[in-house]
Amino acid sequence: MALDDKQQYQTREFKVVGTRVKRPDGVDKVTGKARFGADMSAPGMLIARVLRSPHAHARINSIDTSAAEALPGVHAVVTRADFNEITDDDFTADILDNCMAGDKALYDGHAVAAVAANSPAVAKAALKLIKVDYDLLPHVTDVDAAMAKDAPVLHEGRTNESVPDGMSPNVLARYEFGHGDIEAGLAKADRVIERTYKTEATHQGYIEPHACLASMGPDGQADLWCCTQGHYMVRNTCATIMGLEQGQLRVTASEIGGGFGGKTTVFLEPVALALSKKTGRPVKMVMSRSEVLRATGPTASSSIDVRIGMTKDGRITAAFAELRYQGGAYPGSPVEFGSMSAFAPYDLENVKTVGWDVVTNRPKQAAYRAPGAPMAAYAVESAIDELAKGFDLDPLAVRLKNAAREGTKASYGPTFPAIGLEATLRAAKDHPHWTAPLGENQGRGVACGFWFNFGGDTCVTLNITPDGTVTVSEGNPDIGGSRASMSMMAAEELGIPYEQVRTIVADTGSLGQNEVTDGSRVTFAVGLATIEAARAAKREMCKRAAMVWGIEEDAVKWEDGAAHPAGENAGKHPPMTLKDIAAVASNTGGPIAGHHEANPEGAGVSFATHMVDTEVDPDTGAVKILRYTVFQDAGKAVHPDYVEGQFQGGAVQGIGWALNEEYIYGDDGVLQNAGFLDYRIPVASDLPMIDTVILEIPNPGHPYGVRGVGETSIVPPLAAVSNSVSEAAGVRLTQLPMSPPKVLSALHSK
Amino acid sequence: MSKIHVTTSVNGDPTEFLCEADETLLDALRDRLGMTGSKEGCGTGDCGACSVTVDGRLVCSCLMLGAEAEGREIGTIEGMAEGDTLHPLQRKFIEHAALQCGICTPGLLVAAKSLLEKHPDPTEEEARYWLAGNLCRCTGYDKIIRAVMDAAQEMREAS
Amino acid sequence: MQYLAPTTVEEAVSALASHSGDCRILAGGTDLLVRMRSDMADPDAVVDLKRIDAMKQITPEDGGWRIGAAVSGAEMGEHADLVADWPGVVEATNLIGSTQIQGRCTMAGNLCNASPAADSVPAMVAAGAVARVVGPDGTRVVPVEEIPTAPGRTSLEKGELVDAIILPERGARGGDAYLRFIPRTEMDIAVVGCGVSLTLDDDGTCTAARVALGAVAPTVIVVPEAADALIGTKVDDAALDALSAACSAAAKPIDDKRGTVDFRVHVAGVLAKRAAVIAKKRAGGAA
Repeated sequence: MALDDKQQYQTREFKVVGTRVKRPDGVDKVTGKARFGADMSAPGMLIARVLRSPHAHARINSIDTSAAEALPGVHAVVTRADFNEITDDDFTADILDNCMAGDKALYDGHAVAAVAANSPAVAKAALKLIKVDYDLLPHVTDVDAAMAKDAPVLHEGRTNESVPDGMSPNVLARYEFGHGDIEAGLAKADRVIERTYKTEATHQGYIEPHACLASMGPDGQADLWCCTQGHYMVRNTCATIMGLEQGQLRVTASEIGGGFGGKTTVFLEPVALALSKKTGRPVKMVMSRSEVLRATGPTASSSIDVRIGMTKDGRITAAFAELRYQGGAYPGSPVEFGSMSAFAPYDLENVKTVGWDVVTNRPKQAAYRAPGAPMAAYAVESAIDELAKGFDLDPLAVRLKNAAREGTKASYGPTFPAIGLEATLRAAKDHPHWTAPLGENQGRGVACGFWFNFGGDTCVTLNITPDGTVTVSEGNPDIGGSRASMSMMAAEELGIPYEQVRTIVADTGSLGQNEVTDGSRVTFAVGLATIEAARAAKREMCKRAAMVWGIEEDAVKWEDGAAHPAGENAGKHPPMTLKDIAAVASNTGGPIAGHHEANPEGAGVSFATHMVDTEVDPDTGAVKILRYTVFQDAGKAVHPDYVEGQFQGGAVQGIGWALNEEYIYGDDGVLQNAGFLDYRIPVASDLPMIDTVILEIPNPGHPYGVRGVGETSIVPPLAAVSNSVSEAAGVRLTQLPMSPPKVLSALHSK
Repeated sequence: MSKIHVTTSVNGDPTEFLCEADETLLDALRDRLGMTGSKEGCGTGDCGACSVTVDGRLVCSCLMLGAEAEGREIGTIEGMAEGDTLHPLQRKFIEHAALQCGICTPGLLVAAKSLLEKHPDPTEEEARYWLAGNLCRCTGYDKIIRAVMDAAQEMREAS
Repeated sequence: MQYLAPTTVEEAVSALASHSGDCRILAGGTDLLVRMRSDMADPDAVVDLKRIDAMKQITPEDGGWRIGAAVSGAEMGEHADLVADWPGVVEATNLIGSTQIQGRCTMAGNLCNASPAADSVPAMVAAGAVARVVGPDGTRVVPVEEIPTAPGRTSLEKGELVDAIILPERGARGGDAYLRFIPRTEMDIAVVGCGVSLTLDDDGTCTAARVALGAVAPTVIVVPEAADALIGTKVDDAALDALSAACSAAAKPIDDKRGTVDFRVHVAGVLAKRAAVIAKKRAGGAA
């Protein structure tokens, strides 16, 4: 078959990709039919509820569940004693400990027991009958306080060998990246600034609380329905915790009501399985909003020192950052990603970052959209902005002067291929927003952001039905329209209309291993696998046409949705369309399918520049977002509406992080704002339209040039908003969130 | 304590259910009547995902007892389309890609429908304030507001 | 829990007075159901007021208005004559929560929930509103500022309930306004709130004023010094500065998750000034 099946990018004209088709899940979602995590029921199911620690840090001496178990309607109670200990896998052992506390409750909201009962009311009543004997321990929730030598200690003996002796046992790992000589670089600068920045923890804030429905029998088989970003991850993790074989646990992903990284791990699922195992009944669990905020992953809070030197014409001579992130009660804060990404947008001779992973008495952090990068970008982009303005230089020009480009050795190691940062900066400079007049008490800020993007294990199967329609099975929950994008790429490759393809998210029994929907990987990696699966199907269809025509396989080519004889020697045969070939499939060797399994490299890094105008009320410190424009490289925008949606959604999450979202702990270590009333995510009236400019600098590592777009959009806004507010207020702000009391206090300190 | 028998109307259908006295209308709809289109995002009236109308008035069904529905007319997302014809708002939400994950969509549609019944020609600001009680974490609201404004225009031109 | 839905005030009072356990009033339910959900309340019974016709009425009375305890914020906002008389009270009530909350929440409920940050209360206090309290021993009329005694506590006796809020006659050249500060544009609890009501004479001199602050003390407070700063003036810049200073001086707030002491003290003065300007304009005063 004469096909070009290179996985590398090649210039091409697109017919379907780049159009704005309607999503296949649209009708179900606008009519209320779509089934999310909490929307599933099973015959005979029980309802389970979790008892959570009211203490930030406490030793659990004993748990008396007898009164709860005796309550009519209660079918089972589980505590940590009902789980086997995991001794050979620290990562999963921590997940289990987070799902159900062992000898210590490590944060306010930490699960300590769970009850399955025949009604929610009975389950709730039973929780009150469980007696937990706690010894309260001193706690710490601030990252800098947790690093102090006399800080309360969460875990002994978990420190990584990268950490120098003499530090608090709460410091678990140290990371370092960079090249060159910082001191020598700083010596060449006309000005060096040193600043410390702090950001508070924020929550992903998905509107759908975690939910699952588990059923496990004494035969070692189990089924699980849940809202997750990765049901294969759920399967593997739960199988390890429950001592099941992975193949015996089938997980089906519900529609997912938002994740943003927060649904890349498990919280309820092992507990539901344990209760189902113990009761022999299906068990449903749904979190309340306060449980979501108290016990599921917020992102890290951070404290970051930055030292940057710049010449008076705007060249950065050296850049250093030391990043301290607390990731809650377990190792794994995203400080490594923060340290890697902090200076990634810049071409620097001398650059170094040091990152510290710290534990505190807070919930175990989970990934949040470009984990670790927004806070690092906030610090770096604030410092660069201050330097540029100090020299009276155009902040966009300074960034262009230092911008990373093809061939730049990135601060975290690799050398960049073709990248889009300069394109976003030039687009920003040329945009009318940049030169629009500003009024009194108004300011304009810009900032750049970077995200790596990932590939990961991926399987796609593409089937040709007897009537010549196409079904695509992928294994990644659709959180931003990926079913539409996969159908588009399949249609593009096969040369058929989008409407002829339907993509579904298959359960764990239907495909091989799939990495979680994370790292902005799906449109890239699953898209690549979809294209490759379509190519495999095309090869098979060319073979069938060759059989019908009685010619050699390589004398058939695929064009415009049909097999054609390739060249004059192949003979004169009328083309066979996909439908024609499907119709004769049974008689030419049986059903036709294509599949592809891979762990693709070449995800293609992504850059964005954001521009925002704000107005500060000088009497109250209130900040209003007046205008916002996102400039981002998408490689190739498969569905421009969904690309814009990712840009806008990320920008607004970043605005929330910058202005009003924060975890507020009392002196007792208890979370004070565990609800949407006081955990203040942006509402519709807080915002203007979010303008978007899509740049398309093809990713060399994808056949259509696609780059992930989902995460980069949350990286620049913290700094962009802060730079804008700092200009509007006439005073530099260095802490997030910039809630009105902080802004007013800064105004008064002028 | 025995359950309360409630006789009500849901999307025009005569409906009866039994519920506990402290059970919310949202729980009754979802767990007693199997109408899971209304969602619980918070249970405290802060997110709007459970929006329904009661005698034509927009409310959070999580902040109303099921027992209070006696004799009322309840409107939910399940009653928004007429047969297989989508309401203009539903159609515009799909056309404008005004939904990503879709969990807030039922509540937003019920709230937007209530807006357009009261204000057929809202300004963007009016739409944003009317919908401020409907949290969406995916979209940044841009495409939602565009879809609502476009649907409003189409509905005005059609009437 | 028992759900009771009386159809007369007498039945409601009797149910409330005779119940031996924790019996709560359910008006709009937008606070009570949140408390129940958050395990901050676990009542043995609730008495729903919405089936009592009189409690759903907005009635002209003695030149002013009687607003039944089950009238929702949205219904108040749709009542053109009420809005014309007391725009500040109505806008304050309409600031409570979202559109959805407006469909349920009531002014009487906002008062009896006894939150120092209740939006409608400073406006009612500034307006000189009174609460009509019915109970086993009959009916009494109480200035609204005397209903809440501390966060979550009221002066109501066992068996008593507020069945209506009564707003006085507005009179010629009167105007009121309420402003609050919240971090977002909607959906937040007031960090500071300020209600101002004033009356001007024919040449624009302020003859009467009442100023109340929310969220700066355990209950909504009346600030007579702030009113004094306006009375006898043309509500000019000097008077507004004095008003502002009086409000900041009267504010005795706390630091909490919603704001700091310094912020609340300062912003109390800022809002008072801004609200007074609006009230003056509504009273027909010159800009």
